[in-house]
Amino acid sequence: MSVVTDPVRPVEAPARSTPPRRKGSFGFNSISPRERVARYVLLVFVLLITIGPFLWQLSTSLKGSGEDIYTRIPRLLPAQPTFDHYKAVTETIPVWDYARNSLVVAVLVVGGNVIGASLAGFAISRLQFRGRKLVLGLFLATLVLPGEVTIISQYVTVREFGLANTLFGVALPGMIGALNVLLMYNAFRSLPVEVDQAAVVDGANAWQRFLYIGLPSVRGTISVIAIFAFIGAWDDFLWPLIVLTDPDKYTLTVGLQYLSGTFSNNPRLIAAGTMIAFIPIVIVFATLQRFFFKGVEEGAVKG
Amino acid sequence: MRHQRWFTPWVLVIPALTWLLVFNLWPSINTVILSFTNAKPLGGGTFVGLKNFETLLHDEQLRWALLNSVIYMVVCLPFLTVLPLLLAVLVEKKLPGITFFRTAFYTPVVASAVVVALIWQWILDDRGLVNGLAEKLGVISGPLPFLSDQWLLLLSAISLTIWKGLGYYMIIYLAALGNVGRELHQAAAVDGAGPLRRFVHVTIPGVRGTMILISILISVSALRVFSELFILSGGKGGPGGRDNSVVMLIQQYSQGFEGNLGYASALSIVLFFVTVVPMLILARLNRRGAEA
Repeated sequence: MSVVTDPVRPVEAPARSTPPRRKGSFGFNSISPRERVARYVLLVFVLLITIGPFLWQLSTSLKGSGEDIYTRIPRLLPAQPTFDHYKAVTETIPVWDYARNSLVVAVLVVGGNVIGASLAGFAISRLQFRGRKLVLGLFLATLVLPGEVTIISQYVTVREFGLANTLFGVALPGMIGALNVLLMYNAFRSLPVEVDQAAVVDGANAWQRFLYIGLPSVRGTISVIAIFAFIGAWDDFLWPLIVLTDPDKYTLTVGLQYLSGTFSNNPRLIAAGTMIAFIPIVIVFATLQRFFFKGVEEGAVKG
Repeated sequence: MRHQRWFTPWVLVIPALTWLLVFNLWPSINTVILSFTNAKPLGGGTFVGLKNFETLLHDEQLRWALLNSVIYMVVCLPFLTVLPLLLAVLVEKKLPGITFFRTAFYTPVVASAVVVALIWQWILDDRGLVNGLAEKLGVISGPLPFLSDQWLLLLSAISLTIWKGLGYYMIIYLAALGNVGRELHQAAAVDGAGPLRRFVHVTIPGVRGTMILISILISVSALRVFSELFILSGGKGGPGGRDNSVVMLIQQYSQGFEGNLGYASALSIVLFFVTVVPMLILARLNRRGAEA
């Protein structure tokens, strides 16, 4: 664990003449009550800025049709709360199909990245072979290139595979990301070499070392990759917008854009649509945030 | 140490390598090739020489897009290098409930840019929250056209990008703060430095490298902006298409019978050079700083 997250331990006193101090009250780490209050005030202020807009949208989506949503005195709590707009949205456009399409794409992308990136990351960091440096260099080189630069010729490639306007075509290019390979490379590299050597002495081959030694110790990084891959695929807009032409193959983001064009005069419906796209991702993130923040710290300590 | 058959590493590497070659390296080369053609979204196209590049020179929309990109970058850079660092310092200290705040501050990052832009569209609408409140308070007499005026629309999109980016860079800084020596802070505190002086003389130098990395990330992503401008402008790029970004132009040329993938590829090459320049400048700054 990093030095910083541990509370500063009192130095062991040579003689036990002074009573032991309470934990947390020692020196630098202590917070005065005034500072504590100031910190919470600031935290709540930032909280309002960051999640306020989402709450406002949620509120709009629940406000009854008779309610004036354009009032000059904004009301956060709906006077006549209703789920009608959610029903209306799902009845007029196939939101559930869009959600399913997004899910299919996200699952393919997560699976591809977790498997592909850990295999390659393990080989480049733990196995020796001719051309290893070159392979590593190739992965590093692609990071310089913003994805949008190659998006048109990626589309041409996908079209030539006959996958334009398919969900598989949406998922395919993102199924193994160069950055994820490098993250896995970094994670595997920080394991001590001695463990590998011991395993080799015991007769373990490369696959066994990958499965039983490598993988279990990089779970933090794998979860970060999985979470990011899921969020990235679920949220992506430009690429599915280019690949998909058929409205019934739309992913949620593309479908929402379509929704906003159709119902630009009814903010309640658009609000309901955005909440349908937003709530699942928040649930996914809130459930997994423990692993996410742990993985981030793990990376920080090692990097 | 070679305790495996010679092909084992290759078996592990080949899937990722294939993806790299097929979806990164080949498309980079193919972008250059395509830029000399008039390829269509539905297939076909022939060699047209330098015609696309000649058109680029006279493309008024591209000029606006490049200007917008520069403004985007110049405005985003100071806000997104400084504010997330302050946030990171705020959430660094372990207080009861801090995990909740960290997660909540990260929410805008997790949400899709489309969702976020649709929410802000509603807030910035002529009859939306901001105009409603401002009118109520008597600050303005009529609604401000956040979504229809060329410059206000650009400004709105920039604010949205900053708002959405705060949590993302906060986390990167948070990881970096973990590496700033606690001992240094304590030493400075013992020497009588207050929180502000410690921030300026200990924290900032400690995260300097991260700051430069973040500046690079901000510049590149400001130049690549798409969803915010696309949604806020209803896909139209603002009045007279003056609020397009380079990526929006690329997307426009990728569609339909009128589309021209050759021209979109030429625009992609412009995008490449535009993003590489700030990256090189900042990387050089970093090197010089490290030597000093």
